[in-house]
Amino acid sequence: MRAFNFGKRCFKEVLRDPLTICFGIVLPVALALLLSAIQAKIPAKMFTPEKLTPGIVVFSYSFLTLFSASVVAKDRKTALFQRLYTTPMKAGDFILGYTVPYLPIALIQTAVVVCVFAIIGLPLTWRVALFVLLSLPAAIFFIFLGLLCGSVMTPSQVGGICGSVVTNLSAWLSGAWFDVELVGGPFKAVSEALPFYHAVELGRGVLSGSYDGFTLRLTVVLAYALAAGVLAVVLFTRQMKKQ
Amino acid sequence: MTAISIRSLTKKYKDVTAVDGLTLDIEKGELFALLGVNGAGKTTTVKMLSCLTAPTDGDALLLGSSILTDRDAVKKVIAVSPQETAVADGLTVRGNLVLMCGAHGFSKKETDEKIEKMKDFLGIAAIMKKRAGKLSGGWQRRLSIAMALIGDPEILFLDEPTLGLDVIARSDLWDVIRSLKGRVTVILTTHYMEEAEELSDRVGVMRDGRLLAVGTPAELKEKTGCDKFENAFISIVKGAEK
Repeated sequence: MRAFNFGKRCFKEVLRDPLTICFGIVLPVALALLLSAIQAKIPAKMFTPEKLTPGIVVFSYSFLTLFSASVVAKDRKTALFQRLYTTPMKAGDFILGYTVPYLPIALIQTAVVVCVFAIIGLPLTWRVALFVLLSLPAAIFFIFLGLLCGSVMTPSQVGGICGSVVTNLSAWLSGAWFDVELVGGPFKAVSEALPFYHAVELGRGVLSGSYDGFTLRLTVVLAYALAAGVLAVVLFTRQMKKQ
Repeated sequence: MTAISIRSLTKKYKDVTAVDGLTLDIEKGELFALLGVNGAGKTTTVKMLSCLTAPTDGDALLLGSSILTDRDAVKKVIAVSPQETAVADGLTVRGNLVLMCGAHGFSKKETDEKIEKMKDFLGIAAIMKKRAGKLSGGWQRRLSIAMALIGDPEILFLDEPTLGLDVIARSDLWDVIRSLKGRVTVILTTHYMEEAEELSDRVGVMRDGRLLAVGTPAELKEKTGCDKFENAFISIVKGAEK
């Protein structure tokens, strides 16, 4: 009940910020439309809906890190946090309240991107439903990364690091709009060591019905989500005690 | 009946002793003001009593519950209105009050009833739909106190509640604080002598983490032989320097 109430507040604070809609939904949609327009002009099948949908969805999730981290970092800076610490709320209430509200936001982002690509030509089959389900671990990873960053960074650091570094890492190292295999070398090695590329390839595999490397990719994304979750909880509770 | 019983409460930060062996009893329903210059240890004392900071030594019992061993019980009977205005800027006034009711685990029905009561008590009906971040300083302070009171605390900590407010806003808040006397045990920290004299049943003067004097404003004036309370305060603080 306490966590739900606190989560509702975080949800409202995020959705009331117009930048949320702009970065989290409008920008990915604009990118999807732009790349699809390019595809219509070139003979090579680079930006087909099956390839682009997972890339754009994972890119849109990177903004969840920014939203989540911003709320936590801002709260830590204000006396509101101190006030809430003196109520019967427990650490678990705070952690759930700071993470769960972003799952519906992730689902909204996924639904919007899927709808846009459905208009462009993505066939709406059962594979899309499976894709939405299997996108959740990536969303959870980004949400926990936000809690982690918000627990140790100031609001301005969050703006710089989550707003540019995380979004750029997820844009470039996921192979969302180019083939990482073609670049090869250290770029490919770094991409494979991080979860972004695996999250996108997992989605592409599901949408195209090709399950090569499915287990590995899902395991990597889940492992990163779990690691980010554990680290976020440890750092959040540590700063809570410190504060 | 004693509401707060403080025994040898001490807080040290590396080489600095912020609060040094504070021992004090505060009666139920009493409005007790902690006075002191900057760095006297007032806010640290409030933070320890409200379970925000663990003491280095000593203990305090709030309505019989220890801040060391029974923090959950303590948190059920206290509320804090911190020095800075502690409101959620992005939420409406009502949203902030709902947030606090949720933090206390109240049901929807209880929440509606308490908000209705608070609306009348603090005269905030006209601003219920306004965003907290858009309110003036005076209204934000009033909301901050409403957020502290909505849980029906038995002990309320008001840390510099009128800091930076204009004369009218301060007078309005004084009326609110006065109306709590006898019902709620209030610990008020302030820099304003007239505020302490006007509102408090008793005053404690702190300096360098130590409690120098305790008494009613009249007793402290008599003890120091001063006509004005401000002069009594200065005399106590400067007397400790010598």
